[in-house]
Amino acid sequence: MQIELKVNGRTVTADVPPNTLLVQFLREHLRLTGTHQGCDTAQCGACTVIADGRSIKACNALAVQMQGADITTIEGLAAADGTLHPMQAAFKECHGLQCGFCTPGMVMSAVDLLAHNPKASEAEIREQLEGNICRCTGYQNIVKAVQTAQQTMAA
Amino acid sequence: MGATEFAKLPHIGESVKRKEDLRFLTGVGNYTDDIVQPGQKYAVFVRSPYAHANIKAVDTAEAAAMPGVAAVFTGKDVEGKMGGLPCGWLISNPDGSPMKEPPHPILAQGKVRYVGDHVAMVVADTLEQAKNAAEAVAVDYEELAAVIDMKKASQGPALHAEAPDNHCYQWTLGDKAAVDAVFAGAAHVTRIDLVNNRLIPNAMEPRAANASYNRGTDEYQLYVANQNPHVERLLMTAFVLGLPEHKVRVIAPDVGGGFGSKIFLYAEDVALTWAAKQLNCAIKWTAERSESFVSDAHGRDHISHAEMAMDKDGKFLAMRVHTDANLGAYLSTFASAVPTILYGTLLAGQYATPQIYVEVDGWFTSTAPVDAYRGAGRPEATYLVERLVTRCAWDLGLSQDEIRKRNFITQFPHQTPVALQYDIGDYHACMNQSQQLADVAGFDARRAASEAKGLRRGIGYSSYIEACGLAPSNIAGALGARAGLFEAGEVRVHPTGSVTVFTGSHSHGQGHETTFAQLVAARLGLTPDQVDIVHGDTGRVPFGMGTYGSRSLSVGGTAIMKALDKIEAKAKKIAAHLMEASDADIEFANGEFTVKGTDKKVPFAQVALTAYVPHNYPLDKLEPGLNETAFYDPTNFTFPAGTYICEVEVDPATGVVRVDRFTAVDDFGVIVNPMIVEGQVHGGLVQGMGQALMEHGVYDPDSGQLLTGSYMDYTMPRAADFPEFKLGHVCTPCTHNPIGSKGCGEAGAIGSPPAVINAVLDALKPLGVTDIDMPATPHRVWQAIQSAKA
Repeated sequence: MQIELKVNGRTVTADVPPNTLLVQFLREHLRLTGTHQGCDTAQCGACTVIADGRSIKACNALAVQMQGADITTIEGLAAADGTLHPMQAAFKECHGLQCGFCTPGMVMSAVDLLAHNPKASEAEIREQLEGNICRCTGYQNIVKAVQTAQQTMAA
Repeated sequence: MGATEFAKLPHIGESVKRKEDLRFLTGVGNYTDDIVQPGQKYAVFVRSPYAHANIKAVDTAEAAAMPGVAAVFTGKDVEGKMGGLPCGWLISNPDGSPMKEPPHPILAQGKVRYVGDHVAMVVADTLEQAKNAAEAVAVDYEELAAVIDMKKASQGPALHAEAPDNHCYQWTLGDKAAVDAVFAGAAHVTRIDLVNNRLIPNAMEPRAANASYNRGTDEYQLYVANQNPHVERLLMTAFVLGLPEHKVRVIAPDVGGGFGSKIFLYAEDVALTWAAKQLNCAIKWTAERSESFVSDAHGRDHISHAEMAMDKDGKFLAMRVHTDANLGAYLSTFASAVPTILYGTLLAGQYATPQIYVEVDGWFTSTAPVDAYRGAGRPEATYLVERLVTRCAWDLGLSQDEIRKRNFITQFPHQTPVALQYDIGDYHACMNQSQQLADVAGFDARRAASEAKGLRRGIGYSSYIEACGLAPSNIAGALGARAGLFEAGEVRVHPTGSVTVFTGSHSHGQGHETTFAQLVAARLGLTPDQVDIVHGDTGRVPFGMGTYGSRSLSVGGTAIMKALDKIEAKAKKIAAHLMEASDADIEFANGEFTVKGTDKKVPFAQVALTAYVPHNYPLDKLEPGLNETAFYDPTNFTFPAGTYICEVEVDPATGVVRVDRFTAVDDFGVIVNPMIVEGQVHGGLVQGMGQALMEHGVYDPDSGQLLTGSYMDYTMPRAADFPEFKLGHVCTPCTHNPIGSKGCGEAGAIGSPPAVINAVLDALKPLGVTDIDMPATPHRVWQAIQSAKA
């Protein structure tokens, strides 16, 4: 099936089998391998991307459902000149990542979280990251990173 | 250079932000599944749906004829062409006879022994074609009874002809008669029965591999999500495939967490590598999460009975332990060592118990192989010791801290009755700092506040010790290890003065690219940005034993230190030549070589350049170049230790346990990067607390099906499950490595489970609850409260 959508600001057209998952489309067709797949039950959130302003799990959406959508992946988050998005910068500053595998999904979820709840409390941040599993950090520094980004973005 | 001097160098003790973060944060990491090789095909494994069955026939005809299918390999195809997966540690029975070591075939040979056992491999042009063909492989199984409960494993049926009663080994340590005699005369004896629950490691990156073969050079290359690529290569070439080691390159690129589960040589890695030559193409395989659940090596799974003999004042006189350890269906790479060498030797804990006897029975069951998972044996030992010690306190009417303080070891070095010699520690200091940070003084008021809300509050202690820095090879060898446990490091100084380090340690989240760069920068007077760390590639790194057992800095870092010693010694000779001084008069500090008692100096960069542009150079007595390699074999284990204090609130109406406060004070010796160390502790704590309250790998006792085979059934800790932790540090530098480092990667997972459960029991004591097994889920806690009422 023919699809046309925007990925990281660029228009993409492709002919994909109808059963292609969005995560496969990103990773295999577009070679955007920053979006990871960590489970097969839409639980871990490593594949989280932002579609039309909301975070979605790319393992749980078909590429053809994204016809006309505007998608941002981890590769599209930093500015064109390479300046990190405040959330990326905060994850580095606060040591909010270790092995890096859950990180792209975690960062995209956190960006969406603050976009819709810029004044989220610590408890709300913890609850709203429920859909993203990290095995390395114990979430301590992820929560701190989101709070740090919150301050930077409010300033 | 000694540890005290090292700790004062620039960049040491500095929370340098991680060099590796940029690629992970911008989506350009390079994990195995990200790699695409020209013409690669895809493998899918046909796995056993039964826990125990005979394979009467495998019909691959239909699958082989399907579109895109290149081959379907079964047990018959590999039979006689390769060995099985080896076990790296020989455990002997008390009579000296060896453990039972049944074959662990790459593809099942007539029988399957757990759900997920590898039966056949399908290779096709696309993943979808391979999956479809795998479905079409017709296996005729004759189902046999599963062996799930290890307490009944001896009743059979036998999983392996070599072990008719499913017993792999019995291992003992200590003087049983002497211990029994102490028990016979002791004023008090406290007893406890414990279950250490089975865990499934769940690194977020599933296992993956991509193998290829070059006909022109007869060389194999394997990308694999692995913690120790040289060990993977050695085991695969020497023990399974019989290939020349130098013809196989193993690369573990960015690896998304390991926690032990990626130490081992797995059948999939071997099958892919072998098939790459048969089919003359690259072959890729990535586990689905459900596949990881059934086929990654699991962790823990012990049932123990322990007893402590005490005098009238609560002083420990002797300890006696029996443990049944579930080894799973086959012996994984280090499976035999985990419940023995890495467990029994830690049973002294932080205490001066004079006599200890431990007896371990290892059992085969029709479950996934059980092997090292974060802590590997040491969490099991700590859970047993710290639950028992708290029970001793309560039996004698003492507080949890008092009984510990009465029995702490205070003199070092200390020879335990279970083979280890602790070089240094300060257990009272950890306890005191932990009690202060945890505001133990305010506990009674907090408890009263909880009670006013109808909740129960409890406090739990755990004073853990671990043996890290694996390991002195000669000692490990005497204990049955079939490999050395040293580490290698190469320091390559480039002509312009920047440095590339090749280390045998492997980073899969631990931040070596930063910590090791700090270490080298500190020694050579550079900035960490001038130092790059290369790891995880047998084609680039001289050799390596890899990362596990919290060994990277203390062993891998020391190998780099030894290489730096050689660099410094040679550079001093070059500097002496340049400054026309005697070698003995050259001093090196802050990146400058100086001549003692003069103002002559040359910077490190000039010496580096001279080494590669040797125009003014003592060529008659010194080779050009500045590139040194060192191998370091430790002289002892390292002994990180600490005291953890947990405070929980329990809702007796629902059984829900909420961790309200958690304080961890650790002694890791000298710390190079506190930010990274604290991150390691955080992660370990949540894995340990996950074990205590949430995680449990459960098999159906009759069918042997894994009931917790997805994230909808196996409870992974999430962000909202635990509060912010309080961390503190005590530093007694390790006495036998030049960094003074002890290791920090596993401490959190080792120390936290008993602190949590002791807190839960403290909360429930007034309700008459005396025991609970992990995980203390709301269901179990509620049941325990109801049973106590009845």
